[in-house]
Formats: sequence, structure tokens, C-alpha cells
Amino acid sequence: MGMTITEKILSRHAGLEEVRPGMLINARVDIALGNDITAPIAIDAFRKAGGKEVFDTKKVVLVPDHFAPNKDIDSAEQCKLMRDFAHEQAITHYFEVGEAGIEHALLPEKGIVVPGDVVIGADSHTCTYGALGAFATGVGSTDLAAAMITGELWFKVPETIKFIYHGNARPWVSGKDLILYTIGRIGVHGALYRAMEFVGEIFRVLPMADRMTMANMAVEAGGKSGIFIPDEITEVYVRKRAERPYEFYTSDPDALYHSTIDIDVTKIEPQVAFPHLPSNTKGISEVGNVPIDQSFIGSCTNGWIEDLRVAAEILKGRHIAYGHRLIIIPATPAIYRQAMKEGLFDIFLDAGGVISLPTCGPCLGGYMGILAKGERSVSTTNRNFVGRMGHPESEVYLAGPAVAAATAVAGRLAGPEQL
Amino acid sequence: MKFTGKIWKFGDNIDTDAIIPARYLNIRDPQGLAAHCMEDADPDFMKKMKKGDIIVGGENFGCGSSREHAPIAIKAAGIACVVARSFARIFYRNSFNMGLPIFESRTLWGEVTDGSEIEVDADTGLIRIPGVSADPVRIQPVPPFMQELIADGGLMNHIAKGRAK
Repeated sequence: MGMTITEKILSRHAGLEEVRPGMLINARVDIALGNDITAPIAIDAFRKAGGKEVFDTKKVVLVPDHFAPNKDIDSAEQCKLMRDFAHEQAITHYFEVGEAGIEHALLPEKGIVVPGDVVIGADSHTCTYGALGAFATGVGSTDLAAAMITGELWFKVPETIKFIYHGNARPWVSGKDLILYTIGRIGVHGALYRAMEFVGEIFRVLPMADRMTMANMAVEAGGKSGIFIPDEITEVYVRKRAERPYEFYTSDPDALYHSTIDIDVTKIEPQVAFPHLPSNTKGISEVGNVPIDQSFIGSCTNGWIEDLRVAAEILKGRHIAYGHRLIIIPATPAIYRQAMKEGLFDIFLDAGGVISLPTCGPCLGGYMGILAKGERSVSTTNRNFVGRMGHPESEVYLAGPAVAAATAVAGRLAGPEQL
Repeated sequence: MKFTGKIWKFGDNIDTDAIIPARYLNIRDPQGLAAHCMEDADPDFMKKMKKGDIIVGGENFGCGSSREHAPIAIKAAGIACVVARSFARIFYRNSFNMGLPIFESRTLWGEVTDGSEIEVDADTGLIRIPGVSADPVRIQPVPPFMQELIADGGLMNHIAKGRAK
């Protein structure tokens, strides 16, 4: 019997001929990631366990991105603790403010994570790297500490659900709409403990950024990981970036799946997830009249250059609604520079928007766009839980960059075709 | 392991932002985190709860972020254990790794109300609800490897033990 791509990657890293769902394995970890929120707790655990040196200075990656540049004194202390540790351990991939961006955009961009890898990160959106055909999953700080010492970690081999996307997308429909629609269909624990494998002809035309967006939100359906089978698009993206040799794995035709879910892409319109769950989705034609105070375009989900181009296409020659706030955060310094070069900043500024430095910032209610009581934000991020972006009585509406930009112009939930 | 306590009942999909809002993630002292435990699910939770109380959740308890601050806050608040219909996977891992006792039960949630007293017996795998039901509720069995983690006192001790061999 064949194996899925996920089973193959895990078996290779566990040194086994084959693995099957449910098996507990110890697997070698190619990259272990932490950020300024999760690494400090991992570093405490590392030291408490008598850790002296990390298992590989090139394979432990530390990125200050959540509350960095430091948002307050406590955050400054957390960042300093991580920085001191990175210097002490001579960590190759520690990124100081100025080089740092949102971790899940930065690592693929720099070629630090590559196809065929096993990646663990003390951040739930580590699953993003599945876009490259890697097994990547979020863990806690103690797991990170263990991996920093041993270079391996225990995993339960997940069952895989295969999602097959049929047909072509309507105008303005992006990977974000596909994944929101999918989560709306299966629910926030529809893929609990399982790997989500995304396949379909449509991925031959969508850019890598859309795969990142979709794999990124696998955790929002409860998934352990999201994964794409690497292809020519992967090759083009990875070839010029990879800092290590990489390997393309694929699922066998006779691989066993937990289930298969067919999705008709032609029926999907731009999506909005209403408060307070990512599964609470509606098509843009069904949203009704919802006045919105703020539009945020950014995050590890939708802070890619492709997302900024979509927003600019809609905002060009237009101005945001009176009293509305538009906040744009390119995910990395390279994306920031590219957007500037392409003239996107002029478009955003002329439209009345503001461009912030790369940070996770407002997505998790950190800073750079916190909501007051009763305020509503449309957001290209991944979670709309109670209080996620500010006051517990504020509201977050998740959408792709097209809807976020159109909403900024309309001052209420809207798609580009409603302008 | 036996836990007897008053329960605080929550619904489905209690996310880690509700358990410990991100605005407090610049803190890592357990007591500092505990002060805000469950704040966005019930702002008065810490005023009402007592040490040894038990949280009962619905489906997908602890979904969302990977923040270990969530089980740390619950444990430091003095909650004895959490019983839910199901747990989000990172929260599940984290709890075992850092030593917060958690149990899955498909049926308990439907049989108890906020404020009920329950007795959780991890050794027999049964939960009793005195005064409500004579029949105990069964806990989903804990996989042997996870039992080993608990017995060793969490993941870091388990690794230290493995390396000492």
C-alpha cells in the first residue's frame, strides 16, 4: 500500500521504511523555530533541563516578530532575552529588527525551509511551509526546547484528508477565499489532528503566495498540517532561494486517506468569516450592510507581495471612506522594498492608507491597529476570536486582500465588484 | 491521580485568546499569566474560582495559537484539571509536556452544569458526579506514551531520562 506525501516525509525523517497513521515516531527536525513570544519560555526550559548548546546552530531559527520592534518594556525584555540567547549560541538564523519580518513569510523567502523538510515551530501558523511540500506543524515552547536540545521530536503520524478543488476561480477569488470556504464547510475542528492535502488544477495558475495562505490556515480547521504536492511552481520559487538541498515528495496513487472532500471552485465567491470563528463564512453577496471602522492588510496569511498588488489594483485612483482606517503591513523587509519599488506605497498613501513596518502587530491584538470597544475591522489575518485584535467587544471579519481593500473604500463590507 | 472539585463549564472552541489574551503575552511569569486566566471568556473567572476547581470544556478546547502560556495560566491559577469533549492538538501536546492534567470525555459535558462537583479518577478512568448520576462517566484512555510523559514529569524530564540511559 502506498503512502501520502506526509507519511513519506515523516518516515524518511524517522529512519523508517514506512509509517502509518496513528504510529508514534521520533523524527529528525530540519528546522526548529521560535519567536519573541514563545522562544523565551523555550529558552527557560532549555536551561532548566541543563541545555548547554543547541543541536545545530543553523537549524534553530529565532525571529522577533510578534511584539517587535519592542512594543513596550515587557516586550523589550522578551526580545532581549531571545537576542542574548541567539548571540550566546551563535544562532545563524537570528534576525534583528531591520532584517526581521513575519517568520512564516521570512523563512520561505530566505530559503531556510525547503521542500521535503520536517519543520516544527513554536507558533501555530508554522503549518504555512506545507505550501512548499514540507511537513510543518506548530508546537509549544516545551516541544521547541526539546527539539533545540535533541534535534528531534515525537509525532503521531496523522491521517490525511484530501481536498480536491475542481474548476477555475471567479474574478477576485484567491487562496484565502478557497481556504475560508473550506473551513466554513468542515468547521474549526473538521480536520482535528489530521493533515490537509490540497490538490487541484487551479493550483497550476495560482501563485505560491496563495498556497502559503491556504497551508497557513490549516490550523484554523484544527489541522496538524496543510500540504501541497511540489511542482514546477514550487521549483521556480525554491530554486533561487534554497540554502540546502531539497527533495520533492509526492503521494502515491494508492495512498490511503481518511477521507476526500471535493470542492467546486466555480461556485466560490470572495468570502468573509464573521465573528467569532473562521468557519463562520459567507459569500460577499450575502454579507448585508456591515459598517467597518478599519481594514488591515498584512500578516503571515496575507502579507505577501501578491496580496499587496491585489489591494493596490483596487485602491488605485480611489480613496478610503471618510473616517475609515486602512493599515497595510508588508510581511518582510524584501516585500516592503518590492512594494515600494513597484509604486504600491504611493497608491496606498494616496488612498489614505498607512504603511507599517513588518510585524505580526495587530493580528493578535499586539499593537499597530488595536480595536476599541464596539469597533469592527476587516482583516486579511487568520483568526477572528473574541478580543483577537483588541477589546473583547470588538469584532474581526476575515477576508482576502481584495475584499479588505474594497471594504476600505466602501466603509462597509464590500467586494471589488460592489464598488 | 484523583481530583475532586467544583466545575466551571465552558462551551465549544474555547480558544487560547480567550484562555490568555495576547495582550498579556509580554508576561511569562506563571502567576502573572494566571491573573488573566480565561479573562475573555469570563472576565470574573479569577475572582470566582478557587484552587482545586475543574474546567469542563466542549469540543476543540484550546484551539488557536500554540502559546504554552494558556496551559501555564490554567495550571498556575490552581485549576486541578481540564476535562473536555475534545482538545485542539497543540494545546493537548502542551498540557502533557508541561504537566497540566487533561482528560477527554465525550459525555461529561452533557451531564453536568456549572457549579457541579465531580470526582475525576485518572487511575480507573472514571468520573463520578455525586448527587446527579449513579453511573460514572468514562474518560477516553490516555495513550501509553502520554502516560509515560506524565509519569516522567513532563517532556523535558522524559528526555533527560532518555539521554541518561
